[in-house]
Amino acid sequence: MSETSVWVIFIAAIFTNNILLTNFLGMCSFIACSGQIKTSLGLGTAVIFVMVMTTIINYAVYYGVLVPLGLGHLQFIVFIAVIAAFVQLVEMIVERFSPKLYFALGIFLPLITVNCAILGASLFMIIREYSFFQSVGFGLGAGIGWAVAIVLMAGLRQKMRYSHVPQCFQGVAIAMIVTGVLAMAFMGFAGMVSIQ
Amino acid sequence: MADNQMVCATCQPKGLCGGKGLVTFKEGAWANNPLAIQVLGICSALAVTNRLENSLVMGAALIFVCVGSNLIVSILRKHTPHRIRMVAEVAIIATFVILFDQFLRAFYWDMSKQLGPYVGLIITNCIVMGRAEAFALQNPPIVSMVDGAANGFGYAVVLAIIGFFRELLGAGEILGHAVPGFSSWYTPNQLMILAPGAFFALGIVIGIFNMIKGPDPEGNK
Repeated sequence: MSETSVWVIFIAAIFTNNILLTNFLGMCSFIACSGQIKTSLGLGTAVIFVMVMTTIINYAVYYGVLVPLGLGHLQFIVFIAVIAAFVQLVEMIVERFSPKLYFALGIFLPLITVNCAILGASLFMIIREYSFFQSVGFGLGAGIGWAVAIVLMAGLRQKMRYSHVPQCFQGVAIAMIVTGVLAMAFMGFAGMVSIQ
Repeated sequence: MADNQMVCATCQPKGLCGGKGLVTFKEGAWANNPLAIQVLGICSALAVTNRLENSLVMGAALIFVCVGSNLIVSILRKHTPHRIRMVAEVAIIATFVILFDQFLRAFYWDMSKQLGPYVGLIITNCIVMGRAEAFALQNPPIVSMVDGAANGFGYAVVLAIIGFFRELLGAGEILGHAVPGFSSWYTPNQLMILAPGAFFALGIVIGIFNMIKGPDPEGNK
């Protein structure tokens, strides 16, 4: 079990080990939904919430059920089922109790099931052998890091509409290169804190 | 832009997926290349391409999972109730991913360590899901297998190209061996192995693919 403090993990997950810019997780929705700041904020919030909750649930399921039964190799299928079920549940609860929030988040919730950042956070948690509180800190930090990255990207892409990009690089290609520059900027945080 | 993810579901009317045998293969691997044209499944494409070896293993994993899941989804397509098809697809895909993961752990422990969580993340790779949903659900098993192989192959090739250049420029080596006439004078650029290099490499590859294919006739870029 690693002994890094929860705060270090939290800060590192946002800046130095940003789940999107250094681990490349959640790229699909990152590219597809970073057109507008408002949309990306909505998606970012939803991701933070789902990520924290699913790391907690998956932690409990993995160490409470799978490990004692010796079923560790089933982690993939169990995790993805937990995530899908949780997203479905949240969608139903939100729809019932807060229609306003439902319409704000509505379309993003189902998208999150296939967001690899969510599954990735759970898998990293197991691989790095975090304790319970470390997992919560990591889930929260990774979610915030992802949200920060997508909002930044949305801002950049709004500015980019006014620039002249060679035709074959328009769209996804230039988005990838801009992300590369963003990742380089985030590398400036390296050395501040570090987790493996 | 935003409907890029949906290309799979809509390529039926355009006739991209309707071919048989060789045509299916060509469409999947080149004209409709999952990575460079449809821009699906980029997460793993970026993460594992820092070395050519990793890229090749990942490509093999994707071919295996794609062929296997397409085959099973296609065999079961008439028995799967429409409403639960997504869950069924995910379960089938996850099964193949677990198989591959266990295989790596048993025989190639170092490789399994290096790939880390990215083998598991094949489950959320949109390519596999996209093919099962868009192709295997409507087509007989054999053609579905060809389609799976083609898409996996197209993905693997692009992965290998990116992996080749990243390892060459980032470490000055290929498959861990020095390249004669190159490694002696070349100073490795660490940036290519780190995260930003991955983004630059993929961006450039997509740009070049677009250049070769020429402007999109439908202008939907």
